[in-house]
Amino acid sequence: MSEMTYTSDEMMTIAASRMVRNGAACFVGVGLPSAATNLARLTHAPDAVLIYESGTIGTRPSVLPLSIGDDELADTADVLVSLVEIFTYWLQGERIDLGFLGAAQIDKFANINSTVIGDYRKPSTRLPGAGGAPAIAASCGEIVITLRHNKRAMVQKLDFRTSGGHLEGGDSRARMRFPGRGPTAVISDLGIMTPDPVTKELTLTSLHPGVPVEKVVENTGWPLRVDPNLKTTPPPTETELSVLRDLQERTARAHAGK
Amino acid sequence: MHDGDQVALEGFTHLAPCASGHEIIRQGRRNLTLIRMTPDIVYDQMIGAGCASKLVFSWGGNPGVGSLHRFREAVEKGWPQPLEIDEHEHAGMAARYAAGASHLPFGILRGYLGTDLAQYSSSSVKFIDCPFTGEKLAAVSAIRPDVAVIHAQKADRRGNIMMWGLLGAQKEVVLASKRAIVTVEEIVEDLHAPMNSAVIPSWVISAVCEVKRGAFPSYAHGYYGRNNAYYKYWDTVSRDRATFQAWMDKHVMQSKDFAEFLQSLEAEGLHV
Repeated sequence: MSEMTYTSDEMMTIAASRMVRNGAACFVGVGLPSAATNLARLTHAPDAVLIYESGTIGTRPSVLPLSIGDDELADTADVLVSLVEIFTYWLQGERIDLGFLGAAQIDKFANINSTVIGDYRKPSTRLPGAGGAPAIAASCGEIVITLRHNKRAMVQKLDFRTSGGHLEGGDSRARMRFPGRGPTAVISDLGIMTPDPVTKELTLTSLHPGVPVEKVVENTGWPLRVDPNLKTTPPPTETELSVLRDLQERTARAHAGK
Repeated sequence: MHDGDQVALEGFTHLAPCASGHEIIRQGRRNLTLIRMTPDIVYDQMIGAGCASKLVFSWGGNPGVGSLHRFREAVEKGWPQPLEIDEHEHAGMAARYAAGASHLPFGILRGYLGTDLAQYSSSSVKFIDCPFTGEKLAAVSAIRPDVAVIHAQKADRRGNIMMWGLLGAQKEVVLASKRAIVTVEEIVEDLHAPMNSAVIPSWVISAVCEVKRGAFPSYAHGYYGRNNAYYKYWDTVSRDRATFQAWMDKHVMQSKDFAEFLQSLEAEGLHV
């Protein structure tokens, strides 16, 4: 294969897209999760079922949506349902295999903050808040979290816990009777962290090509465990990269046109 | 609608009742409790214009763009006035509306566990034990707004309304509210509604008003698309207090209705 150049964000998106099994029912948000799941649908997982919380089930947009309720998501869906129904029968009803979530902060047990930076009642930064994330984190079969690696994002202690990942670690999810398995991977622009099978503490298990392990450790706000069998993430294939770039170019054209 | 009312303008990215929000601002309503799962641009405008003293919500952002700057400044700096918040997750808000429509005191869901949300919104979230299985579940208090405001595609002359596309929680919020106001794209003789259509009958609705493009910059399926460029434009208008106030005065306060508002945007070369 010829040498290719790609950005760390492209690597992150492509690594996330590889988590989608063909046929999986995926709960998707806007931004990177939308790019990753649509890339999967256009490459190795044509039968993946994309579900946005606005109530679109089995949607096949030609461009990435700006909002979770863009008209094209509705036009190309197998079925539209109300908000009450999407959150009860489908999400809480444990019909979803895989949920994608972003975060402003995560901790070493992959708990998520998307609510505030600073004190809740006097925040330095007020973020949009929970949305569907707590229910997605609790009820999907598994969760993949994507966010860029830095010490402000990967923190020792969250300013606010918006959504539960592996809670206090160990079997704390099972004790809380959460239906889903919780986060199975955190994919950043530097590598992939997965929870230890027993303690559930996030462990660096894969480095993206060319990234030194020290860089990941330095950009993590807790003492990061590194898997002795650390792997290298396979670089993007030509197909993955060209399909992703086509998708993003189509999206940019569509959003600028209005 | 009166000062101090609890008001829910619903619409989940689709059919956002923006024209009604502008009219509330023009009428100078104050001290409202604003309720909405996804407060977006029109709530940002109402908060920045000083209409609201409390916000009940589950996701407050500019979808795909970033922050709602007027909402943020109200929470972070108390401008133009402090904004009390009752914050939830979407599943909880949906359950609260469904409970309100059902005249039940609370909704129930497997939610809020393992999060900090219940701690800060403890007046509207409690945990209970299932009487059958013993499972710990979240109980969320019903929402019963004084006024619900929604936008729909069509009404007939009797005041029955019909919607299609993404329906959000509009049916629930209409049935949960003491009064319901609906703006529509057009009033027709007959809805010709296919069986099982999303029709809300006139006798649970207080008033219907025809407001063409009344959901702009969101969309009305079958009439016009979502104006994604405008959502990005709002980020620049709303970032700064003075810019926001000048914009609101020029485009909203000095327009007598939503049609004039849209004309004032077009006069500035904005494609609406």
